[in-house]
Amino acid sequence: MGEYVSLKEAMKHSNIYTKLSLLIFGFGNFIHGQIVRGLLFFILEVAYIVYMASFGVQSLINFTTLGTKTQQEVFNEVTQVYEYISGDNSMLFLLYGVVTIFLTLAILICAVLSFKSGYEAQRMKELGKKVPKFLDDLRSFKEGRLHIAFLTFPIIGIVLFTIVPIVFMICIAFTNYDHLHQPPGNLFTWVGLENFKNMFSMSGGLASTFLPVLTWTIIWAIASTFSCYILGMLLALLINKQTTKFKSFWRFLFCLSVAVPSFVTLLTMRSVFNTNGPMNVLLRDLGIIGKTSAIPFFTDPTIAKITIILVNIWIGVPFTMLTTTGILQNIPKELYEAARVDGAKPVTIFRKITLPYMLFVTTPYLITTFAGNINNFNVIFLLSGGGPDTLEYYYAGKTDLLVTWLYKLTITQKDYNLGSVIGILVFVILATISLLTYRRTNAYKDESSFQ
Amino acid sequence: MKIKKIINSTLTHGLLAVLGFIWILPIFFVILTSFRAESGSYKSYIFPKQYTFDNYLNLFKTSSSGVNYPQWFLNTLIVAAASCLISTLFVLAVSYCMSRLRFRMRKPFMNVALILGMFPGFMSMIAIYYILKGLGFLESGQLKLLALVMVYSGGAGLGFYIAKGFFDTIPISIDEAAYIDGATKWDVFRYITIPLSKPIIVYTLLTAFMGPWVDYIFAKVILGTDRAFYTIGIGLWTMLEAEFIETYYTQFYAGCVLISIPITILFLITQKYYAEGVTGAVKG
Repeated sequence: MGEYVSLKEAMKHSNIYTKLSLLIFGFGNFIHGQIVRGLLFFILEVAYIVYMASFGVQSLINFTTLGTKTQQEVFNEVTQVYEYISGDNSMLFLLYGVVTIFLTLAILICAVLSFKSGYEAQRMKELGKKVPKFLDDLRSFKEGRLHIAFLTFPIIGIVLFTIVPIVFMICIAFTNYDHLHQPPGNLFTWVGLENFKNMFSMSGGLASTFLPVLTWTIIWAIASTFSCYILGMLLALLINKQTTKFKSFWRFLFCLSVAVPSFVTLLTMRSVFNTNGPMNVLLRDLGIIGKTSAIPFFTDPTIAKITIILVNIWIGVPFTMLTTTGILQNIPKELYEAARVDGAKPVTIFRKITLPYMLFVTTPYLITTFAGNINNFNVIFLLSGGGPDTLEYYYAGKTDLLVTWLYKLTITQKDYNLGSVIGILVFVILATISLLTYRRTNAYKDESSFQ
Repeated sequence: MKIKKIINSTLTHGLLAVLGFIWILPIFFVILTSFRAESGSYKSYIFPKQYTFDNYLNLFKTSSSGVNYPQWFLNTLIVAAASCLISTLFVLAVSYCMSRLRFRMRKPFMNVALILGMFPGFMSMIAIYYILKGLGFLESGQLKLLALVMVYSGGAGLGFYIAKGFFDTIPISIDEAAYIDGATKWDVFRYITIPLSKPIIVYTLLTAFMGPWVDYIFAKVILGTDRAFYTIGIGLWTMLEAEFIETYYTQFYAGCVLISIPITILFLITQKYYAEGVTGAVKG
């Protein structure tokens, strides 16, 4: 495995055989005796050409129009019934178009790889070194190319199940795929930035829903992330204290709530905090509230928000405890001993040693949790369902997060284009916040300072 | 000094007891409801008037309404086992690369992973549905379960941050010593990093294993109305649908208790990995 060469440099020094590898994949390898590697490249190219000729080119054309033939209803004289003549399906056209674009990108990368690999073989030959055979290539996957061996399958998974779907949904934000344009019965088409304009124009109902929902989403994400993080860590420290007896018992007690699926506990909490549920009955029996009154746990907007954050602490704290226990025990004991010798108070030790160390290791975890909470669908959906409902908003309740609003818009309302716009906005907000914070952390700048 | 210590320790245990009580209470409620003899949904009291074991027994009787708890349990077990194996392999491979190997695309990959995690998960749900349909995975129930495994584990490689953080804390000097002895990078991964990483492997396995038990949105989209192939999540969810809730509410809780038992046992077995951590293994 040679050192890295830039494309420009390879272009300058390569001979005609190597240059040909850009057109005929694997040609350079083949010439220099790397038969199997050359063949593999060539097979990929042939497969791509066959795909494009049979299907790919047409799907690219369809991608630009998103279909022209609407499904039609025609009266059949013979059988005396209306029959449907199937038209174009915009949804599928969009999907196939995206897939074809990805395949084309992949084959372009292959072209570069084939060229570079040809150049490498050429240089080996020029320098009089032995050109690695296929078996040598295979062996290098355990050493210099271990990262390729390790990353190939995870990356294929990510492309197929994360990236392609996301690109597809981003495309939808630029179409008019709403409840009036549902394939296969109807076509939808490209509309440019129309949806974004609607979202922000003050005249429509969308902006007056978007801003309050966004505000609550951010408050929720900050409150839920940090409450669970700090409390969970304190709980872990409490259990790990040297003087604490029955450590495993306590840990088990809190783990129980993790073991019960969260939708069960959420639905349980929902019935516990119901207007006539056990919680209100308990408060009545204790005489804290009147015999017939009830605390509107989920029907008053403000109280509903507090209830949701509290219930989330109940769910999240054991998770943080589990995650942080292992890392807490990784903190070098010498640090603590040194601090204790110097007479530091427990609070100081926590602030000066535990917290910085934890932040160092867990900043990425914090950011992922924060992002997870912005997108926390389950808690809101199962607990309050976004309610209490209000007519001020466009298909959203007072406790709806952007993501549950997205759900309502797509699943209930079938306005896929608006849903996608919200998805993109969520992403923009999150990306800005987290890239800014992440790049400033030590975990990013200096990964090995604790190694 | 000694009195102070005793007070301190009593306070700690007292606090833990109070917190433990709060955390155990809802679970107590779930268990009580699962033994409730009175049928029907929400009740305004906590302790049932009469207790019965029938809710559990009825779960295993075949009913005409399509509620088939044992089958759902089995489906979920298969899906969870398969997807937790694949996800853990993916996560370990990716996080090891990011922590220990140095190559050109490393930083870009980490940034892209961070960015991708910020898209709302089910924003892509509809697209995934059509991709799976296009690939022919929604033709039969068995294939749908396979599709579920792929959905649960396909993007797992993105969740490498926690494991990477763990690998980062293993002293690099151990690796270097092995390289001097002529070990390849693969050897170091297989014979040094993996044995030292039991806690994080267990953590990854557990979280991946639990995913399918609690998910119902993806399962609902992919499995549709194919009740025989439901996983436990949407199966139980079905019991709470308007047409079933009055009959199945108590059985729902019985079902919840039953699926919580295996997961709790898993915790019991694996607890020592959290408790002892890696400090015992790696003394830098």
